[in-house]
Amino acid sequence: MTKLIIILLSAVFINNYVLSRFLGICPFLGVSKKLDSAAGMSIAVIFVMLMATAATYPIQMYLLVPNDLGYLQTIVFILVIAALVQLVEIVLKRFIPSLHKSLGVYLPLITTNCAVLGVTILNIDEGYTFVEAMVNSLGSGLGFFLAMVMFSGVRSTIEGSDIPKSFKGLPITLIAAAITSLSFLGFGGVVENLFG
Amino acid sequence: MNTLKNFTKGLIKENPVLVLVLGTCPTLATSTSVINALGMGAAATIVLLCSNIVISALRKVIPNTVRIPCYIVLIAGFVTMVQMLVKAFSPALDESLGIYLPLIVVNCIILGRAEMFANKNGVFDSAVDAVGMGAGFTLALFLMATLREIFGNGTFCGIEIPVLADNHISIMTMAPGGFFVFGLLIAAVNKFAKNKPKKKDFGCQGCPQAEVCGKAGCNNAVKEAAEND
Repeated sequence: MTKLIIILLSAVFINNYVLSRFLGICPFLGVSKKLDSAAGMSIAVIFVMLMATAATYPIQMYLLVPNDLGYLQTIVFILVIAALVQLVEIVLKRFIPSLHKSLGVYLPLITTNCAVLGVTILNIDEGYTFVEAMVNSLGSGLGFFLAMVMFSGVRSTIEGSDIPKSFKGLPITLIAAAITSLSFLGFGGVVENLFG
Repeated sequence: MNTLKNFTKGLIKENPVLVLVLGTCPTLATSTSVINALGMGAAATIVLLCSNIVISALRKVIPNTVRIPCYIVLIAGFVTMVQMLVKAFSPALDESLGIYLPLIVVNCIILGRAEMFANKNGVFDSAVDAVGMGAGFTLALFLMATLREIFGNGTFCGIEIPVLADNHISIMTMAPGGFFVFGLLIAAVNKFAKNKPKKKDFGCQGCPQAEVCGKAGCNNAVKEAAEND
């Protein structure tokens, strides 16, 4: 149990996908302008990360590894994720239209989001069990959510300030991301010490 | 002449990282040392070259409606090949690039070039375009890695630099330094670039997910950068 908590907390704070592993930077810079879209996008990411892990982990363990096909991992995972996202979209549209309305726009974007492919591959590389892998995916998704929501607040403050001309737009956003990421460095080592 | 133009546009005028702002994840993640940056640049260039050649050769065969999945499978195939080659010939590089090597699959530069260039142009032109874009990607990575390694570690390609080695700023090689140096480089490009690329040349119009993406506001960062100049 303690191990699961450590995995969850370190995925959220220490190995934050956006701010320390640099995965999913495109949505982080693109969709973080408004709080609504930042939250919508991250909830869709959490959802797809969990689904993708639940689908790819058994494929890797029971299909690819026993048949000595480990080298097909990249191709199989990206196809499974792409098909899964399509499937989720169709199912949502048919059965839960209200949810589809709020998350639907973000779903196709997620197929080529490196955070989702990243989490599925990292789960295998780290040698997690199925439960640990799911917890890690949840933590990673929550970390993404936290970074997006925090950063959308930072960005709304930047909007109103006086910025040198050449720094306007993307450069100042990246500098702000640097400072946000600096604050996350402070979490390093906290979780291990907390649970001894 | 035209071929030369095709090649050089990727280096400076339409540099995929610094001007088009594509492929930011590997740029930030693998620019901690010059060797890593060059390795990543080379791997991505090889994948880009192979995928551009094959996609442009097959551009009349692949049905338009299923082109994106086809491209992704092709790209994933080449990435797997490069991954195996790196594992076999340079295990140290494989170790340090880690997860970012398989993640070349979702690098938007590669899918972007397939969609913007290779499916409209001939094999030779596409190959030239791929080499130019790959070189531009590598150049941007090299620049970032040089700055980060020199200031963050006091070394260049592993060779110690006398004064800086004793006074290095370790934060530059860590995550915040990546964002910081990238921000400074783009600001410098904004400052010094004289001929801005035409807006239609890059960004969302060429992106396979332009329509959806525009709704989600994904192109805002790129658009903003272009508008503010």
